[in-house]
Amino acid sequence: MTASRPTLRGTAGALEAARSEGRAALIVYLPVGYPDVDGSIEAARTAVAAGADIVELGLPYSDPGMDGVVIQQAVQAALDGGTRIRDVLRAVREVAATGAPTLVMTYYNPVLRYGVDAFAAALAEAGGAGLITPDLIPDEAGEWIAAADAHGLDKVFLVAPSSTTERLHLTAAASRGFVYAASTMGVTGTRATVGEKAQQLVQDTRAAGAQRVCVGLGVSTADQAAEVAGYADGVIVGSALVRTLIRPDSDRAAALTDLGELVRDLAAGVRAGGAR
Amino acid sequence: MSGSQAARTLREVVGPYFGDFGGRFVPEALIAALDDLTAAWEKAKGDPEFTDRLAVLHRDYTGRPSPITEVPQFAAHAGGVRIFLKREDLNHTGSHKINNVLGQALLTQLVGKTRVIAETGAGQHGVATATAAALFGLDCTIYMGEEDTRRQALNVARMRLLGAEVVPVRTGSRTLKDAINEAFRDWVANVETTNYIFGTVAGPHPFPSMVRDLQKIIGEEARSQLLQRIDRLPDAAVACVGGGSNAMGLFHAFLDDTDVRLVGCEAAGDGVASGRHAATITAGDPGVLHGARTMVLQDEDGQTVESHSISAGLDYPGVGPEHSWLASIGRAEYVPVTDAEAMSAFELLCRTEGIIPAIESAHALAGALRLGTGLVAGGADPAETVLLVCLSGRGDKDVATAAAWFDLLDPDAEVSE
Repeated sequence: MTASRPTLRGTAGALEAARSEGRAALIVYLPVGYPDVDGSIEAARTAVAAGADIVELGLPYSDPGMDGVVIQQAVQAALDGGTRIRDVLRAVREVAATGAPTLVMTYYNPVLRYGVDAFAAALAEAGGAGLITPDLIPDEAGEWIAAADAHGLDKVFLVAPSSTTERLHLTAAASRGFVYAASTMGVTGTRATVGEKAQQLVQDTRAAGAQRVCVGLGVSTADQAAEVAGYADGVIVGSALVRTLIRPDSDRAAALTDLGELVRDLAAGVRAGGAR
Repeated sequence: MSGSQAARTLREVVGPYFGDFGGRFVPEALIAALDDLTAAWEKAKGDPEFTDRLAVLHRDYTGRPSPITEVPQFAAHAGGVRIFLKREDLNHTGSHKINNVLGQALLTQLVGKTRVIAETGAGQHGVATATAAALFGLDCTIYMGEEDTRRQALNVARMRLLGAEVVPVRTGSRTLKDAINEAFRDWVANVETTNYIFGTVAGPHPFPSMVRDLQKIIGEEARSQLLQRIDRLPDAAVACVGGGSNAMGLFHAFLDDTDVRLVGCEAAGDGVASGRHAATITAGDPGVLHGARTMVLQDEDGQTVESHSISAGLDYPGVGPEHSWLASIGRAEYVPVTDAEAMSAFELLCRTEGIIPAIESAHALAGALRLGTGLVAGGADPAETVLLVCLSGRGDKDVATAAAWFDLLDPDAEVSE
């Protein structure tokens, strides 16, 4: 694994490295500040050590419209605990130091408030790979696109099963790193099955010009990861990992053990998905 | 952006952008639904079959046109100016919300969807939506912050009587903003069967334009009623602003009448300086909330700040983008009104005119008292000074709150709020 670790800051290198191994990449989402800032950094490091190729650090936001109950609960706790943007930037610096490309997933308002170009500059300086922007479509993203281009950051926009061909082209052209395909019409959360529309969406997004397409929403098990790895460049897992950290007994060591085990399972899953 | 730039008058600005404000800051998954809704609305609003059906509903179901009422005994406390109330409180369901809901429910039928969802703060929009759903035979789910279900228990029962499912929202601050988040989550997952009947002029395009179009009947009626009654336009049109739908509905008819001042009254809660308020334009900053770029109450990290108001309907940390724009170009002015000022105006209208207003609308009444007094102090002739105030809703739902505020209950009385 270490041998194939890309030197590029962006996510394209890690995705290409996984592809050269004949597999999909494993992308993990964890919110900064849960259970606290240091705890979330430790969780992300644990995930990288257990086989995560790319890390998505969530910037906690007061109105997470695209998130289900698990992530809502974690980010609310992170905000109640006083997590700030500067904590997110520190987490990026420490997690990126592992060598795994580190994206920030954020709703747009905190970026807008910080100053879009200033945020991009700070993220790049911290060694971040770029942003995933769940409530920002390319049509509204002129300021972010200019800032990302100026600072050499990935721009990960989303496509959904409802996206028209025209919008798939628009989104593929605006993205850098990869395109995030939402597997289903809904919010984040674990589901019994990954949407059957996901595979078609990945094909259509590639046909619209995207070089790399990763699938998220609803993936929680190694079997599901293997299934998605059969057709996508990367498998994104969030709520299932966050759930391992939510413990009534607050036993952090046990939480990290569970997290590491799940990531290892998922990493085995993306390898079982077979070469495309 | 083309819509804004092609407009020659303020009334012609249709979105998606109002100056720097508006847009669609939503997940990609909702874009197709918003595009469909935009297209359906563009078609419907010019289709006589749709507009005729809506006009009949307004007349026979809602009871429009709502009258204007001159309130001289109340106005005596505003420097003796002339004050006319636009009586949206007399509408079926008790507020202006029904104007918007009937239009969007008709549209729901037109696009072949069978279920509607809505957010509600005070419960007025939820009641109106539940009413329209009953009338049109649509399934209906209303999201309401748990905190608001307590403050407005009577409206929860009313919605359930009408057959709606009311879901108390227990995330975030458990108020209107969180109810909106939850409604959007529902919509993303159920967009094929479900239409989101948004209650105000906020949110992503086309909601600010569409809700404005459906509420502008308030100002259009009032403008012609005043011309007929006193053969002149008002010096100022005054309305309360939470999300801003009754205000936008009132203001729109007067946007190009540059001599008519447009005054929006924001909820200042315990006072703007206290930090416990909902005065978004007065004290907020530009940002993105609930799908639109607009003024937002937020902290230095862009986290939405919890708003506070005695009025659940104004207790919202955002505001419609068209209001943000009208404020930015100086066409409308927005003033803060505290809980105490609003309740004082509430009591005054009850005692002087026999009209119990919604506490939301009482903010506009308080704004009018202050405006009238100020104009007369500045030398205006009270007999020649005319204020038009939108009485956006009636106060039945607020009786328990008012009883507590004014300490009107016998100590051993039981009130089930």
